Formats: sequence, C-alpha cells, structure tokens
Amino acid sequence: MKARITITLKPGVLDPQGKAIAGALHALGFGAVGNVRQGKYIEVEVAESDPARARAEVERMCEQLLANTIIENYAYELEAA
Amino acid sequence: MKASVIVFPGSNCDRDAAVALEAATGQAPAMVWHGDSEIPASDLIVLPGGFSYGDYLRSGAMAAHSPVMREVVARARGGTPVLGICNGFQVLTETGLLPGVLMRNATLKFICKDVMLRVERNDTAYTRRYVKGEVVRFAIAHKDGSYFADEATLARLEGEGRVAFRYCDEKGEVTDDANPNGSRRSIAGIYNETGTVLGLMPHPERLADPALSGTDGAKMFLSLVETLH
Repeated sequence: MKARITITLKPGVLDPQGKAIAGALHALGFGAVGNVRQGKYIEVEVAESDPARARAEVERMCEQLLANTIIENYAYELEAA
Repeated sequence: MKASVIVFPGSNCDRDAAVALEAATGQAPAMVWHGDSEIPASDLIVLPGGFSYGDYLRSGAMAAHSPVMREVVARARGGTPVLGICNGFQVLTETGLLPGVLMRNATLKFICKDVMLRVERNDTAYTRRYVKGEVVRFAIAHKDGSYFADEATLARLEGEGRVAFRYCDEKGEVTDDANPNGSRRSIAGIYNETGTVLGLMPHPERLADPALSGTDGAKMFLSLVETLH
C-alpha cells in the first residue's frame, strides 16, 4: 500500500517561511492571499496489504520519526499501491 | 577527564570540540563514529555542531535515531554528562533528552556571528568557572536555532532553573534586539532535570583559545575538568 502523509505545523507555532511565501505572493499581485502555512508531504510505500496493519505502521512512523509532534500534526491517506 | 566526541556524517565542529577538550584536559578525546554501537568509558560525551545527515527531514532527526545515539541516551539516563552544541542540541531535542525544538530562525537567514550570553547558573558541571549573571561572548552559526517549547514547558524550565544561557546585550540585558533568532524567552541553552545534559546553540569551542579572538568558551571545558577530574 502507499501512504500519502501530510505534515503541518500546529496552530500557534510561528511559521516564518509561510510568512515569507505570503509576502512574495502579495508582491506578485495576489491580493486575496491571507495567512500561508508551509508543511511537508511524504509518500511511503508499505509492503502490507491489510489496511489496519498498514495504518498502525504509518502512525508509528509518524510518531517516531516523520513528524515532531511537539510542533507538527500529521495526517495520511492510504491507497492500494 | 575522559571525553568522547560523537561524529556523524555531516558533523563539522567535531575537531574544534576535540581541540578545545584536549586543551582543557591534556588528553585527546575518543572520536566515535555514528555507526558504532559502543562508546568507550567516558566522563563526558559531546555531540558536536554541524549538519548531520544533511539536516534531512528536520535538523538532528536522522542523527537522533543512529545506532550510537541509543548508547548516548542510555549513558545520559545513567547520569553521564552529555554536551550538545548547535546541531548536537538539535539532536538532543529530537531524542527527547531535552524538551522543545530548534526551529528555523525568525529571520530565515543563516546567522554566523558572535553573540553575548548571560550565564543563568554557575552551580553546574558546565559553568562553575563562570559567575552567575556573567556576560560572555560565544559564536553562533546556525539557521535552525530558534528555541520553541509550549508555555507549560517554558514555565517548567524556568521554575526548575533549567535555562542555562540567554541571549543578551553587552550589559546583560535580555532584549528582543539581542535575540538573534527569535528563541522563546531568549533561550540559548537548557539543562535536563538533573543538570547533567546541556544543549546550547552557541559554540563554546569556537572561542576557547586566544588565537580565535576569545576565550570565554574555554571556561566551560575547564569547569567540566574541575568537576569531572
């Protein structure tokens, strides 16, 4: 299976990169742009056909390495590889 | 005092640390490669500055899970002093030995300059040669040095006296202007619960010899020698 994992900064955690992107978008004339938050997207192939077991594996990966849960939230979708 | 310096792929201050340690102790520290699972008997373990594993994923994240770090964590929990400088501080937070995270600098820039620090405590193995409240000059060189922790954690660190150093101006005043990277409460370094693990972004080893134009950092290594013999 393939996991599509999105890692985002928790609300309230300062994101200077998101701010800089918002500033650049404004400079390009995108006046409707409000707050911008930057995150990470990771695809992981998991040799596991049982969705429940794959889910458990992906969550452990996120908790142990892929996200730093002090400042980041994670979400994921599973799809058949 | 027998010291070990852990060397990761991408470490670049390991030899600076070794030189400063040798100057203070009179003997060269052991250099331990990240793939090793054994560390020689050591009174002090140093995690040096650099860009371990190219800062992939997050600064310090990959190093925190390297084979040698299991042993470093075990030694730290057993009471062995562990000093993490710059990238070493990032590794310590990623292992959970120290709370919080080092985030991208508020300016988004890599900052390489000397800064002034206020020594918050002088009753630890790292700081007994300093005076409490003393203003010292260390060098910083980082892009991910903005210390972040939630309010509850910050309050606990303050309450337990675990802030080791704060960025300040030349008079020792902790001001926003003197905070180079946006760190919460101008925190430049913190201790663990027992004061045996210290992580700090500034580099004591870079100003530990008159030839380097400053010696304020040397007192940290001399403090360690005095405490650990």
